[in-house]
Amino acid sequence: MSSWILAITLFAPVLGAILIMLLPPDREKTIKSIAAVFTFISMALSIWVWFAYDRIQGGLQFVQQIPWVADLGVTFALGVDGISIPMLLLTNLIGFSAVYASWRINDRVKEFFSLLLILITGVMGTFLATDLFIFFLFYEVVVIPIYLLVIMFGSSKRVTKEYAGMKLTIYLLIGSAFLLVGLIALFVQSYYILGYPTMDIFELATIDFPLGFQIFVFALMAFGFGTLLSMFPFHAWSPDGYAGAPTAVSMIHAGVLKKIGGYGLIRIGLMILPGGAAYVAPVIAVLALGNVVYAAFICLSQKDLKYIVGYSSVSHMGYVLIGIAALNLISINGAIIMMFAHGVMAALFFAMIGNLYEKSHTRNVDDFGGLAHQMPRLAAGFMIAGLASLGLPGMVNFIGEFTIFIGAFGVYKVLTILAVSGVIFTALYILRTLAAVLFGPRKPEWDHLEDLKGPEMVPLVVLGAAILIGGIAPFTLMDLINLGVGDLVAQLGSLQIGGMF
Amino acid sequence: MPWSLLSVEIALALLGLVLLVLGLVLPEKGRLLMQPLTVIGLLAILILGGTLYAAQYDLFSGNYQVDPFAGFFKLLFLVAGILVILSAGRYLERFAERVNEFYSLMVFALLGMVVMASAGEMITLYIGLELMTISFYILTAYLLNDKLSAEAGLKYLILGALSSAILLFGISLVYAVTGTTVIAEMAAGFTIEPVMIAGIILILAGFAFKVSLVPFHMWAPDIYQGAPIPVTAFLSVGSKAAAFAALVRVFIIAFPVRAFDWPLLLAVLAAVTIIAGNLIALAQTNVKRLLAYSSIAQAGYIIVGLAAYNIYGIKGVLFYSMLYVFSNLGAFAAATVVEVETGSTDIEAFNGLARRSPMVAAIMTICMLSLAGIPPLAGFVGKFYLFSGAIQSGLLWLAFIGLIMSMVSVYYYLQVARAMYIGTNDDTSAIKPGKAVGAALWICLAGTIFLGLYPGPLSDLAQVAIQIFL
Repeated sequence: MSSWILAITLFAPVLGAILIMLLPPDREKTIKSIAAVFTFISMALSIWVWFAYDRIQGGLQFVQQIPWVADLGVTFALGVDGISIPMLLLTNLIGFSAVYASWRINDRVKEFFSLLLILITGVMGTFLATDLFIFFLFYEVVVIPIYLLVIMFGSSKRVTKEYAGMKLTIYLLIGSAFLLVGLIALFVQSYYILGYPTMDIFELATIDFPLGFQIFVFALMAFGFGTLLSMFPFHAWSPDGYAGAPTAVSMIHAGVLKKIGGYGLIRIGLMILPGGAAYVAPVIAVLALGNVVYAAFICLSQKDLKYIVGYSSVSHMGYVLIGIAALNLISINGAIIMMFAHGVMAALFFAMIGNLYEKSHTRNVDDFGGLAHQMPRLAAGFMIAGLASLGLPGMVNFIGEFTIFIGAFGVYKVLTILAVSGVIFTALYILRTLAAVLFGPRKPEWDHLEDLKGPEMVPLVVLGAAILIGGIAPFTLMDLINLGVGDLVAQLGSLQIGGMF
Repeated sequence: MPWSLLSVEIALALLGLVLLVLGLVLPEKGRLLMQPLTVIGLLAILILGGTLYAAQYDLFSGNYQVDPFAGFFKLLFLVAGILVILSAGRYLERFAERVNEFYSLMVFALLGMVVMASAGEMITLYIGLELMTISFYILTAYLLNDKLSAEAGLKYLILGALSSAILLFGISLVYAVTGTTVIAEMAAGFTIEPVMIAGIILILAGFAFKVSLVPFHMWAPDIYQGAPIPVTAFLSVGSKAAAFAALVRVFIIAFPVRAFDWPLLLAVLAAVTIIAGNLIALAQTNVKRLLAYSSIAQAGYIIVGLAAYNIYGIKGVLFYSMLYVFSNLGAFAAATVVEVETGSTDIEAFNGLARRSPMVAAIMTICMLSLAGIPPLAGFVGKFYLFSGAIQSGLLWLAFIGLIMSMVSVYYYLQVARAMYIGTNDDTSAIKPGKAVGAALWICLAGTIFLGLYPGPLSDLAQVAIQIFL
């Protein structure tokens, strides 16, 4: 059985990028339209996949497998299950919105949109690949377009964009070097056990690797994926990187790219190396607390809007890490919902900040005040994102946080209680920021700012709708994720967490 | 004896002689024909080499081997030669006093490489090596009015002669113990004793000089920077690959690992080379010199495969050597375009290239990222083979060093990308590369991307080539 749906979804943006490269640089309108059309195709198809996924049958669906490199056991294999479908949808919601959030780009349009489309395909590929080699191929594809986008279109405020771009790139690449050592070791070891080479994630998951090996490789992965997920103390790239990056890159980076780290930990780490995961999990949980509390404290003292959201995203990733580290059905469900929720929320936040920055040329909280007078729609976007960020019930983020805490409490009692305190700090800095920027007396110097209109509304509508639908009808998301995680947890069996101390 | 087996060598020798004569007798205008003529000739020989790929014969009682391993490298040299000559035309017109002997010398260097890949005996190997190196001495100093080029030629001559002497001394010591210079017979007479170890180490040092492994790399940056850029390109790709071919054949067949653990020696050399090459490259401000250090580091990666001493490792050596042709020559061809246009290879000369010629900038970026091992480009697959081999042989530490340093190397490659994409240049006129160099650039791009996305065919080809060692 072979299905082309996923391949089409995956390569539509690349096709768009190729078309754009063939156009002359001055056809700006056409270039933007092409980018919009091809990301829309991917989005529409991933919504279709969401609904067409057979929930009774479960497991991996829409599978496509083409043998690729025989002597490395590589198959070009795509497939989705309950864990990857939400991530796929998330990627394309944000990808489509990011194109519209960049509608005002008018210099080097051709370069911008072709790199952006390649970036979207790269991110999507990691969620669709069921082959380790193909996964890694896509995993690193994303790094270079991001670097070029940051240095060409980024902004220099507290740090220069060159510095931000390079910091981002080097951090992620060094993390991926460790990851790659782990992956190659995994491949070599599985060859030794099986007697033939394979890179199929699901086949590798059936092998019972020796415990010492599992711990070693999982530790490498925790470092590699952890860096991408901005796990404390490897998070330093994240706020600087987001601040330097152009809006669309911040959206994609904070929205989905980071989530590849969490997804990889679950899909590759937990599934292939459950023993190693159980051993290393307590360390991850403790570091996660560093994310939640430490980053939240830093947020309290930030003045730049992008830095606030940047550090808050580091803080939120702590919840995801705790969910993963608790290693049970409920907590991992929560971690995946949280990744989805934080993705749409952060993307919306960055879209709004980007829009405001383009018009006002500042991101300093103290410069603003009473913007709800001049820009009611933008204010609505800020409010939705902000309230989602602090976990207000009715928003999808609440579902994620709540589920994580329930799942994790049974495993790490003290840590979870401490982590819940993060919610309070989040409320504190988010509400303070929203109040300072949006409310209060009207400031006449901002009277010239125009509210969102036309293409600028797209990110607000698409991402806002995702936040609210997910929050009001969480079962749409829950059922699907539960299916995928159910299979995974069955694989995990009853593992004893810890063993290190 | 079937002479047709030697048709590649014979045809190359003939082509070289014909070009030499043509350079003398053709009128000034007719010499423009020499570039297309060389390319066509090499293409024909490439096809010939392709048909002979699977042949396997011992010629002259084992002194000369025609086998897929040699066949693989012959194809590699010919592809590299064609690409370099395609990118050389305009450069020569602009910088060289005379072009008469250039193509002929290139072809003779190529012939030397081919002999090295096929040599089944040490003296034959040495003759091939000298044919190649002596041609390169002249080519390095080819820009008659350029002091740097003359200096580079002289340096290369002195140091190259020294390293040849070391290699020859090593061969003589090994001969003293084993009583033979035929590679396949050496293992039989192998006894482990100090003279033998000294011989092996001297041979290794001789080859290490040719492939510029640290600490035998000192010559490379100066000579790479001083030589005409097409010569540098050919030196860094062809001469290295030829030395690798010889190194692999000699060490695997002649020196049994159980008697003397030379792979460990190579592993240490590889680690030192990767670290030093990459770290020094970080500080370079001249792209030619930067590429020189990067090519030192690349030699370190390739040596990892031989140090791993298993199927993935050796296949990695072959795979990487081939992709290195496309990626490295792509970067050099782009640098050639810039030097022809601006007269310089300093990093400032690359400022704003993405606006002046988007294609050249994109190809340069992609080729350099392939060298850094970023997927989905060819370099990544190559490194995957090499380090799979290394980990399989228990060289986990080497894999850590290699992969982390290759991420460090991204830094200096991106410095060039940065200059091209956001650097500002007073001169914003569009750069139009010539047709020939354009073709070379596109071939390099296609090779780099194709081998990265679909490595299957090349990996099969390499599999056939390494059968002789199994």
